[in-house]
Amino acid sequence: MASSGWQVATITATQHVSARVKLFQLALESPISFAAGQHVDIRLTAPDGYQAQRSYSISSRPNSQEELELAIEKISNGEVSSYLHEYCSVGTQVEVRGPIGGPFILKSGFEEPVLFIAGGIGIAPLMSMLRLREYNDNLENSALLYSTRMLDDLVFSDELFKMADRNGLLFIPTLTRESPADWNKRADNQTGRFDQSNLKNLLEHHISTPKLSFICGGTQFVESLSVALVDAGCDPETIRTERFGP
Amino acid sequence: MPPLYLETRSIFEVSQVKKSDQVKISLMISNPFFGRKRPEPSRPLPPGQYLEDGFPVLSAGPTPRVDLTSWQFSITQNGHSLGQWSWDQLNALPQTDLLTDLHCVTKWSKHDTNWRGVTFDTLFKSANIDERAGFVMAHCDGGYTTNLPLPDLLNGKGLLVHTYEGEPLAPEHGGPVRLLVPHLYLWKSAKWVNKIDLLETDVPGFWEQYGYHMYGDPWKEQRYHGD
Repeated sequence: MASSGWQVATITATQHVSARVKLFQLALESPISFAAGQHVDIRLTAPDGYQAQRSYSISSRPNSQEELELAIEKISNGEVSSYLHEYCSVGTQVEVRGPIGGPFILKSGFEEPVLFIAGGIGIAPLMSMLRLREYNDNLENSALLYSTRMLDDLVFSDELFKMADRNGLLFIPTLTRESPADWNKRADNQTGRFDQSNLKNLLEHHISTPKLSFICGGTQFVESLSVALVDAGCDPETIRTERFGP
Repeated sequence: MPPLYLETRSIFEVSQVKKSDQVKISLMISNPFFGRKRPEPSRPLPPGQYLEDGFPVLSAGPTPRVDLTSWQFSITQNGHSLGQWSWDQLNALPQTDLLTDLHCVTKWSKHDTNWRGVTFDTLFKSANIDERAGFVMAHCDGGYTTNLPLPDLLNGKGLLVHTYEGEPLAPEHGGPVRLLVPHLYLWKSAKWVNKIDLLETDVPGFWEQYGYHMYGDPWKEQRYHGD
């Protein structure tokens, strides 16, 4: 459910995972219990009392550890993400509240086929869900379409390739702005934007009709792929979306 | 570059006097956070909001397709229809233009948005509905619902809008017709609205059941249950 108010969280680790994305591990004064897909709000206060808040999805698995992992992309002119990237390190404290979120959650007992579609940093809440599925040993029932501009933007790729190799995740990454050498050696790797034909092919040949689909990314990405998924035959009631950006 | 010359955080008491509550509260200052350029004092933003130039889209599911030839909006009570309008009938009613600011619970606000539509005062008058108190549940294509007090739709406060910045309202922003209740957080301005049901009691809608505030006044920062 909703927040119980603001509390102080301490950063216990940070890691640059791409040019623009940093992982933050946060230890909360009062650890929270969250569902895969939920987010927290971070609040910063300036000396004159001005406050800024932003929402960040939790990428760690529910019940995995006391710390929360957030994958935060630095937005140009983003007042909160820039501060977090530039001035926050181990020991820094920020105010946090949550967990917050609605239908964009995957419950632990849900074992039916799930389709995940991520655009860029939209991978963050899906990562929590995929880690949950891996932990519950039903990744075979899962497919992930993950679109980024460059290979460097494909955060969590090592972990995702492992999930595919060892635990049966159908992982189809695509790069829209480059085609690195060796990229096409892996059969499921693609280049160019996902479109309706990708989805039709996926639903016809690779996974049975997903009982739930989660799409997270920028506004246009989510808009076009959610419509394409409906056109490919998915029931709109089974599609959950979360969008960011103007 | 690491800010070697500064402590990266500090916690201390400051005396911040809010106009609303005149109390001394404890704030955790994030040093050296100063925030971005602030809006001019003549146009304050609700607490915790930032100014957005774009028009973000936040929907829980895919954008539904709405056929205008069969589109219908109705006002109901206890399972009975008190009034219903087709697309042509809605457009035949007196139209109202509204210039207003939007405040979304996800923290963005947008100044000076232009809308055209029909006020609920006009709808109530055209169907001779006398109800002025109680609550409503708005129902939408795609299954979304949201609740609000009926008085918040009346006296010019609530509209059914179909035109944004002179153009037909885009589907991802709720077109063909959405609710517009700009003095509340934007989730109350339900997209793809097709019905409001008049109720005696306040019942939580879609986001409200997930812990979002029953009323949602941005100036009181009523984001979540308990705010």
